[in-house]
Amino acid sequence: MTLSVFQPAPDLPPPPGQTGLWRFVREHFFKDATSSVLTVLGLLFIYSIAEPLFSWFFLDAVFVGDAKTCNQADGACWAFVGSQVKLFLFGPFPRDILWRPSLAGGLLAAVFAVTALRLVSVRYMVLLWCALVLVSYWLIGGGYGLQPVPSTKWGGLMLTLLLAVVGILFSVPIGIMLALGRRSKFGTISFLSTAIIEGTRGIPLITIIFMATILLPLFLSDGVQLGTVFRVQIGIILFSSAYIAEVVRGGLQSINRGQHEAANALGLSYWQTTGLVILPQALAKVLSPLIGRCIALLKDTTLVIVIGLLDFLGIAKAAAQNPEWLGFEAEALVFTAAVFWVMCFGLSRYGRSLEKTGAEKNH
Amino acid sequence: MKFKNLFMAGTFLAASVASSFAGTLEDVKARGILNCGVSEGVPGFSNPDASGNWAGLDSDICRAVATAIFNDANKVNFVPLASKQKILAVVTGQVDLTSRTTTWTMKRDTKEGVDFTTIVFYDGQSFMVRKSTGIADAKQLNGASICVTAGTTTELNLTDFAASNNLKIEAVVFEGKKEAVNAYKAGRCDALTTDTSQLTAFRTTMKDPAEHVILTKLISKEPLSPLVRHGDNKWKDLVTWVINGLITAEELGVTQANAVDMLKSSKNPTVQRLLGGSGDFGPYIGLEKDWMFNVISKLGNYSEIYERNLGKSTPLKMERGANALPRDGGLLYAPAFR
Repeated sequence: MTLSVFQPAPDLPPPPGQTGLWRFVREHFFKDATSSVLTVLGLLFIYSIAEPLFSWFFLDAVFVGDAKTCNQADGACWAFVGSQVKLFLFGPFPRDILWRPSLAGGLLAAVFAVTALRLVSVRYMVLLWCALVLVSYWLIGGGYGLQPVPSTKWGGLMLTLLLAVVGILFSVPIGIMLALGRRSKFGTISFLSTAIIEGTRGIPLITIIFMATILLPLFLSDGVQLGTVFRVQIGIILFSSAYIAEVVRGGLQSINRGQHEAANALGLSYWQTTGLVILPQALAKVLSPLIGRCIALLKDTTLVIVIGLLDFLGIAKAAAQNPEWLGFEAEALVFTAAVFWVMCFGLSRYGRSLEKTGAEKNH
Repeated sequence: MKFKNLFMAGTFLAASVASSFAGTLEDVKARGILNCGVSEGVPGFSNPDASGNWAGLDSDICRAVATAIFNDANKVNFVPLASKQKILAVVTGQVDLTSRTTTWTMKRDTKEGVDFTTIVFYDGQSFMVRKSTGIADAKQLNGASICVTAGTTTELNLTDFAASNNLKIEAVVFEGKKEAVNAYKAGRCDALTTDTSQLTAFRTTMKDPAEHVILTKLISKEPLSPLVRHGDNKWKDLVTWVINGLITAEELGVTQANAVDMLKSSKNPTVQRLLGGSGDFGPYIGLEKDWMFNVISKLGNYSEIYERNLGKSTPLKMERGANALPRDGGLLYAPAFR
């Protein structure tokens, strides 16, 4: 005897007009009279904002030409940005040796890619970044066989990246040391670390930059000449380290005492405990605010305009005062904002990817 | 007020620390480069060009001083200064000289630890009108509507000017400069008023700049002068006489092109003194005899510097106006070169 198995008839296709995009639009946007009216009003509103913006950015914009053509047009003058792009990127750096900062920029991109794709282990990554800083300084500043370029000739995006990358690379380890120092059992170390952190956090960055340029030379003995860029770099590192120290301390405090005790029981020394057990866990927990601090540092570098360094933003504003190209400040600022957004978004995505792998490792 | 006094005391303390070193000229010579404060961008006065070199009248004054000292126009380290810093930077010794569209006022000269050298540009408030109106003199503005920014001295100057000349002027007031300019562009007023140097910059952004005229009459005083630290008279003399030399060269017709010939063949004793053919005028201020010859043969005289940065051949097309020699109806006057 054979069992007759119930065979359902195949599903009929939904009635026409009940599938796909049309149904989605109708159910979500035109369900009844009110929602239809709201949808139409909303679309009109979006159009009223988007249309002029789109016209300004693209339709009426001038991509090739000179200031005269731009003044005739109603849209943006991207020709201005195009004509000044070297100035935006390199500031007053000598034009015949632009390959040097370009190469440094290329290396930075390569090292960042290697780091983001995790092609090498952490140990080599640290070495790679240290080498990058040394090579970049050599390429940009010259010496040892290259024509020297004084730091007064550094500017533009190149200066912004230099200040930010060196700032981040130094302030993260210094911040970690300060955080460990603040939790140290030794009174002097703990007191000093706390004093540095709290002292620095109590002062706005703009004041630190001012002090680094105006007061520092008065304290230095006669023969010592530190370039403005280096003095500002020191100020930025100091400021950023203090904030990173507090971020890292938050992570350290979240680690269970048991971890310390277990490490001690295994006979690990203080540095082994910290480096192998505590810090990896603590840093994984504070990655998100740590990346946040790095992004903030990148944007804070624009403050160096107050002491006369023309960074990316400063040079963009100054370029808009060129008598040949007057009246295109908006274009300069939009371009600057776009580049900053790309850099910050890149950092942020890298942070997200780190968080994801961290989460995978922990679970 | 107390804090302000404290601040001033601080700057003077800083100044006295700085001045306890040798004189500025000795410092500059030892350093081998002149630190010169400029703006972060004022069109035609100091702005970086597309290749990052500082252009403009103020920048060229820096180059002239450097050339007088080193016979090399490139021995200048341009330090862009924000407006708030232009005084402080020179007081603290961050720069040797500020050449940055700074108005010479009594308070700055006497109370803020700086000395002004001599006027390089007579700026002041004026009017821009459409050529089609046919207005050539500010006194013809009776009944005109004029775009102006709110709450500034510009607005006060306008009311004062109208009252003292018995003119009926309708001021159309705007929050910002940009708004005022746009309103003028859109035809909401007959004239636009602010400092001449800014008016010329705004004019280049018009659809047809040739359609607009800037009246040469100035209704306010904004004499722009480079400044140095208070108390180093030798250095102040040097900067002052480099500028005087540039103006004198224009008076005498000594130009970049003819400086060599003038030195060789001019019978005019003033030309010979200026170019170092006779007398010890360079050594009076601690320089070589051919100091002004070097400056003029590398940068030209005042007129050449003006035309290069602000004049007819530039997009700014600024009239000489008050910045012409007295013989051409201006105010530019250098003391006697002897």
